Formats: sequence, C-alpha cells, structure tokens
Amino acid sequence: MSHEPLSHIFLDAFLINNFVLCVFLGMCSFLGLSAKFSTAWRMGVSVIFVITVSSVLSYGANQILVAVHAEYLRLIVYIIIIASTVQLTEMFIKKESPGLFRELGVYLPLITTNCAVLAVPLFQTSRNYNLVQSTVFAVAASGGYCMALVLLSLVRERTELSDIPSLAKGTALTLILASILSLAFMGFAGIGSSGN
Amino acid sequence: MSEISCHPKTTELKSRDPFLNGLWKQNPVFVQVLGMCPTLAITNSVRNAMAMGLATTFVLFCSNALISMVRKIVPKQVRIATYIAIIATSVTVVDYLVKAISIPVYKALGAYIPLIVANCIILERAEAFAGKKPVVPAMLDGLGMGLGFAFALTCLGAVREVLGAGTFLGVSLFGPHFEPWVLFLLPPGGFISLAVWLLTFTLWRERADRRRQAETVKLEEPAVEVYS
Repeated sequence: MSHEPLSHIFLDAFLINNFVLCVFLGMCSFLGLSAKFSTAWRMGVSVIFVITVSSVLSYGANQILVAVHAEYLRLIVYIIIIASTVQLTEMFIKKESPGLFRELGVYLPLITTNCAVLAVPLFQTSRNYNLVQSTVFAVAASGGYCMALVLLSLVRERTELSDIPSLAKGTALTLILASILSLAFMGFAGIGSSGN
Repeated sequence: MSEISCHPKTTELKSRDPFLNGLWKQNPVFVQVLGMCPTLAITNSVRNAMAMGLATTFVLFCSNALISMVRKIVPKQVRIATYIAIIATSVTVVDYLVKAISIPVYKALGAYIPLIVANCIILERAEAFAGKKPVVPAMLDGLGMGLGFAFALTCLGAVREVLGAGTFLGVSLFGPHFEPWVLFLLPPGGFISLAVWLLTFTLWRERADRRRQAETVKLEEPAVEVYS
C-alpha cells in the first residue's frame, strides 16, 4: 500500500507530471480537438467523467483479479471496463440531456482510444494506490488533461488571425505551441516537499 | 464507432503494394500523424525508440493477420469489441516477450507497452485495411505500417539523443567536453523536434509535388503549341 499524502498525489498528477504536457498521454485528442474552445472544454469534462468512473471500476476489478490470481487478464479487463464506461456515459447523456448529446456525440466514442484513460488504471495499479488515492489521482490527472486542452485551444483560437507561413499551418504549429506550453509546465517541477 | 482514427484524415490506399505504402507513402507518423503518445514519449534514446517501434510492429502484424482471418465470421455490430480483444491479447504477449528478452528495455518503456492497445494506428489499420482484405496483404500492411512507425520513431530518437545527450545508441559522439542540450530529452524537446521533422517532410513533399507538376506541364507543352 502506498503512503503518499493525497495533496501530493493531486499536485503531482495535476501540475508537476501533467498527463498531456509532461507524460505525453492523450496526444491524439490533444492535437485533434484543441482547435476550438467550445469543443475543447466539453471534451475535457467528458474525459474527467469517464476517467473517474473507470478508475473506480478498475480498482474493484483489480481486487477481484488479484484474489483469483489472474493478473495477466488485467489489460483486457481494463479495456473492456473503459469501453463499457464510454458506452454507459453515452447512454446516460443521451437520456438525461439530448442537447448535450448532440453536441458531444462525435467525441464520445473517441474517448475509448484515448490512452490517458487507459493509463490511469495502469498507473494506480503499479503504484499500489488504495481506493481514495486512486479516485484523487483520477480526478487530478483528468483535470490536468482538461486544463491543458483548454489552454491550448485558447492559444490556437488566437493564432487563427495571425499570419503564419502556409508550411507551418496545422499540426506543426500546434506542436510548437504545445512545446512552449510544456516548457512553461517544466517550471512546476520540484513543487511539493518530498519531490520526485 | 466507425470513425475510430483520432484524426479526421482518411487513408485512401494509393499504392498497389501495401508494404511500401505503409513504410513511406502513408507513413503513420509523418504523413497520417497518428500514434503520437509513444512517438513523443519513448523517443528520448535511439534504443528505446527502436524497441518501441519493433514492439508496435509485432502487435500490428499479429492483430492484422488475426483480424483478417476472422473478418468473415465476426458480425459487423461487434467488430470493434472483437478487434480490441484481439489487439489486447497481442499486446499482452508483447508485454511478456519484452520482459523475457531484456529487463532494462522493459523498465525504460514502462507503462507504454500496455498502452500500445490505445495506439490509434492499430485500430485504424484494423478498421481501414485488415477487416476488409485477405490475410497476406493484411500481414504485409501490418509489417509496412509497423516498420514505417519504427523508422519515424528512430528518426526522432536520433535527433533527441544526439542533441540531448551527445550520444548515438549509447556511443559518445563529441568527446568529453560536449555540453549536452538536456532540453531535448525533456518533454518540450520532444514536441519541438517532432514539429521540425513534420516541417521537413511537408517541405520535401511540396517540392516533390511541384517538380512533378512542372514535369507534366513540360510534357503537355508541345501539344499546346501545335494547336496555337
């Protein structure tokens, strides 16, 4: 069992080792869905929801797998949990708020192939977090993802109006912007008394 | 769930040879911009980049072959779930294989081996190619795409290792007085070196296009002159 304090877990996943800008997880959606602020924050919020739910479910599933000595099935079980969480989220939003569903519709299935979602259960297993620690870790990591996505989308909306060489337009420019953002996040390294 | 690829770009099969197509014309990293997470995270040394590339190649080869074999049995509605189960099985095999071959490499790749499951290249190839084509082309496609991915990772890893550590495959290049540019081993260096590689490739492809256009114009010119 890990004895990391909750505040440290939160700071570490949210800022110091931000999932997108420092650990390179969820890059595809980070580059693909950050063109507009309105889609970016919606995607961010649905990822927070999916990651938190699937993290709690995977914690339970892992306890069962360890009890029956079937750890080699971990990866397959996690992937199935994530896929069904996404499906459940889709059904839930569709029933509760059809308007939001229409806006989010296209992005929801994409969450299944977002590696940030799979990484949270894998990391919490390898770091031996308990249930509370796992939940805090999941909320912090997905919150960090949402923040990075929103930050990049705000910068990208600004570059729409600037004069950019046609060669650099698109992914190359986004990568350069991400590099500068990530450089800024390097400044958070070392926050927290225990360090890394 | 049919538009599973992370990028809206569709991949039309342009070359007749699926192997060369994946390796060069539709290179997964430089042309399709897919599978960015391992591309950026594991390329801080050439050795790790090559190991990651080969692991992904193995998974692509196995999953493409298996998916192509079962493509006529699996009903359309459950195909994505079947693909994911097949891919996850191949990745579990690779996970144990790398652990058995080399512990240092296994430790360096860390969580990124299980994360091959979420690599969009693999599901994209399953959906766009293996689920529709016979076994042999599907295997060639998996091999080509995988080696194209490994090639791109090695390119990126070479730049980052040479600039960031002053070594290539662990061999020191510039002698003991070289001050390494550590930033290139850190996350911002990954983003910026991939951006520069993409710019280089776009520039190179635009030049090739222009040259081809100039050639076609030259071929057409005499015919125009006859009519004028």
